[in-house]
Amino acid sequence: MQLRINGEMKQFAALATVAELVQALELVGKRVAVELNGEIVPRSQHAKAGLADGDELEIVVAVGGG
Amino acid sequence: MQDQLVIAGKAYNSRLLVGTGKYRDFEQTAQALDASGCDIVTVAIRRVNLGQNAGEPNLLDFLPQNRYTLLPNTAGCYSAEDAIRTLRLARELLDDHRLVKLEVLGDSGNLFPNVKETLKAAEVLVAEGFDVMVYTSDDPIIARELEQIGCCAIMPLASLIGSGMGILNPWNLKLIIEQSSVPVLVDAGVGTASDAAIAMELGCDGVLMNTAIAAAGNPVLMAHAMKLAVEAGRAAYCAERMPKRFYSAVPSSPSEGVISSRKP
Repeated sequence: MQLRINGEMKQFAALATVAELVQALELVGKRVAVELNGEIVPRSQHAKAGLADGDELEIVVAVGGG
Repeated sequence: MQDQLVIAGKAYNSRLLVGTGKYRDFEQTAQALDASGCDIVTVAIRRVNLGQNAGEPNLLDFLPQNRYTLLPNTAGCYSAEDAIRTLRLARELLDDHRLVKLEVLGDSGNLFPNVKETLKAAEVLVAEGFDVMVYTSDDPIIARELEQIGCCAIMPLASLIGSGMGILNPWNLKLIIEQSSVPVLVDAGVGTASDAAIAMELGCDGVLMNTAIAAAGNPVLMAHAMKLAVEAGRAAYCAERMPKRFYSAVPSSPSEGVISSRKP
């Protein structure tokens, strides 16, 4: 399936949920926040939020800034 | 001494807020924050690097959250929409965190704030329950509107972000300080310790800085200097300085009992 993540088109084997994507990206246990098609997906909902071909996601972290 | 800075109902001991950008590494960031004595530290929200994360250090691991209050910012946002979206993500990232720094820029060359977009974003964020500390120009009319919208702190620039030019218009800052009933913090433009002291002597409730510390030759020592400057400036403000006179006919030492009999 194809997903647009942080503006980049990425190819994945079928992923059912946001939690599976987080795992595929090796982000398990990291402090990240996920937005799916413009809506925030709370961490508690990662395992329930379903993914479909062509979904757009933003995945962010905290970095140094002033 | 109980002289705490209260923002959105929470009291902080330090009036110096410090950014976490531009340091050599996270160790230096942590050391500088420690030396500054700050309670509130700003962080930025950015897209995660895809595909090269394994083992990459994370800023949050270097910032003990029981020690620091994180202040996620919207640095790099040029529209109300992007700023709002960034802070919604920050709230999720930091577990329903409400205290945020709103900044909407208007020019990528000089980083001057776009106050129209800032006002728009502030309205939405306040309505969504965020405690909005807002970076703005030193225009007292805009500052008043931002306070009326419900921002919990007004943060006018002293001079342009990252410029180190110091306080260019103390009179505008004074107008904002006098009219505001929420804390006023200088954000951006401080270059060295005396700038921070002057801001506090003017009556600012606090100072937020990043580059002045991070771009110093010795950031950790400069962080210490800024701590002292903010404390000194605050104490001087509270102590109420003497009035300025062009000259004074009243010397500090007694006029009587001088051994000379000659008068000018």
